[in-house]
Amino acid sequence: MLRDITIGQFFPGDSAVHRLDPRVKIVLTIAFIVLLFLANGPVSYAIILAFLGIIIGISRISPKMVVRGLRPVLFIVALTAALNLFYTPGDYIWQWGFLHISREGIRTAVFMVIRLMLLIIATSMLTYTTSPIQLTDGLERLLSPLKKLHAPVHELSMMMSIALRFIPTLIEETEKIISAQKARGADFESGNLVQRARAMIPILVPLFISAFRRADELATAMECRLYRGDVGRTRMRQLGIARVDICALAVFALVFAAVIALRQFDL
Amino acid sequence: MSDIIKTENLQYAYPVEEGQLAVPVLKGVDLSIKRGEFVAVLGHNGSGKSTLAGCFNAIRLPTGGVCYVDMMDTRDENNTYEVRKTVAMVFQNPDNQLVATVVEEDVAFALENMGVPPAEIRKRVDEALRAVDMYEYRHQAPHRLSGGQKQRVAIAGVIAMMPRCVVLDEPTAMLDPQGRREVMDVVRELNRKFGITVILITHHMDEAVQAGRVVVMHKGNVLMDGAPRDIFTQVDTLRAASLTVPQTIEVLYDLDRADGENLPIDALSVDACADILEKYLA
Repeated sequence: MLRDITIGQFFPGDSAVHRLDPRVKIVLTIAFIVLLFLANGPVSYAIILAFLGIIIGISRISPKMVVRGLRPVLFIVALTAALNLFYTPGDYIWQWGFLHISREGIRTAVFMVIRLMLLIIATSMLTYTTSPIQLTDGLERLLSPLKKLHAPVHELSMMMSIALRFIPTLIEETEKIISAQKARGADFESGNLVQRARAMIPILVPLFISAFRRADELATAMECRLYRGDVGRTRMRQLGIARVDICALAVFALVFAAVIALRQFDL
Repeated sequence: MSDIIKTENLQYAYPVEEGQLAVPVLKGVDLSIKRGEFVAVLGHNGSGKSTLAGCFNAIRLPTGGVCYVDMMDTRDENNTYEVRKTVAMVFQNPDNQLVATVVEEDVAFALENMGVPPAEIRKRVDEALRAVDMYEYRHQAPHRLSGGQKQRVAIAGVIAMMPRCVVLDEPTAMLDPQGRREVMDVVRELNRKFGITVILITHHMDEAVQAGRVVVMHKGNVLMDGAPRDIFTQVDTLRAASLTVPQTIEVLYDLDRADGENLPIDALSVDACADILEKYLA
């Protein structure tokens, strides 16, 4: 069961969306989120929805997968919708005790639901179509101007990629420790919450000790392979802006402009 | 002086807490290794063989004596980078030495650190992966590979660095027989095809037999040093150092002792052993 956890949920592919430069994808995703909160009319949302639909189509990621990504956050979406629905003051059309629904409330609630769902779909499209290493690579290069301000950009992205590398290794190790402790008669399934939490200690202690040992060995291995931080480092994989990237940026710019224009008319 | 590695009275003691005596692990090792040699360093647990390997790469600095790598004193911090460029290292645990989430990125890691231009990195990474027969796995994640495959990726990372010497610290200790064979094939190739000096730390006799020279460590000293044939025929000395001898020699030695038949006790391969036994039985 532990093995099923995939961080970032990347679906390999060779579509135009997959081939986009990770920097472009990250920037576009952020801009998309901004756009979602700028839009304030049904026509704008229709345009945004169509745009996202086309991206999903091009990426050949099954819409089912995209919808499934929404499931874990449905509760938060519902809660936000309810809060907006019942607590927006305005022209009340229904009232019961301290609960009341206003015309404005319905409007905000519906928009909020659409915004949140589109936001989640857009960000999951980023991770679905971009491998973790490309993501960390893209982030490092996007943030590299901050290096001038002595922000540890390279170190952070190195940490992220090492963490990604070791997640499966540590999951495997956890499974082994669980089996070993079960073989010694440990009981993880019964008892109340406190007892169960306490039963985790014999798993966590060996896991942490081994993680520290691994970290020490890995640090030695990295030093042996001449790692000195960011000093004089080059990269094998070069990022470059291609035609696809320019197309994507142009299309998005048009959508952005359209939504801003429609905003003037509350459409 | 064509020695790639030379130690003079090399001593090392692990640091301990205050008030306790430091435990000496290396007690004055004199060793010189020539360019292009394939040396196996044998010894049972605690003989100091891994510590010795660490000294060759400036991971451990001698607490006494000197260790020269390509005439550079490893104690001088200004030399550390060049020393590590000259002597690359492969460790025992394949999981704890792979850094990247993709095989080819991992092979490129050292080259990226060295500041090699991207096109050159690409070329050397592809060549190195082909050399260890892992090219078709270049886009895989390391955790999907077997132990032997991971170790071959680690060796590819070293080949790409183009060092003059490679130290392998028990590279097969955590592998199954199949993985061990794969890795040993690549190790031999390192020496023969690429002309790299190979120092193989091991406690497997059958691996040491494949080397051109065997150094036996015992209690922090060099006990024996010579060609495999000369070392493994000294069965009594090896056993005194808690080391087993290759099975081929063990059979002949025990037969010889039991029968007093004056058998030649120098068969390093199964075939050679079979020949001798055949003559003996005839």
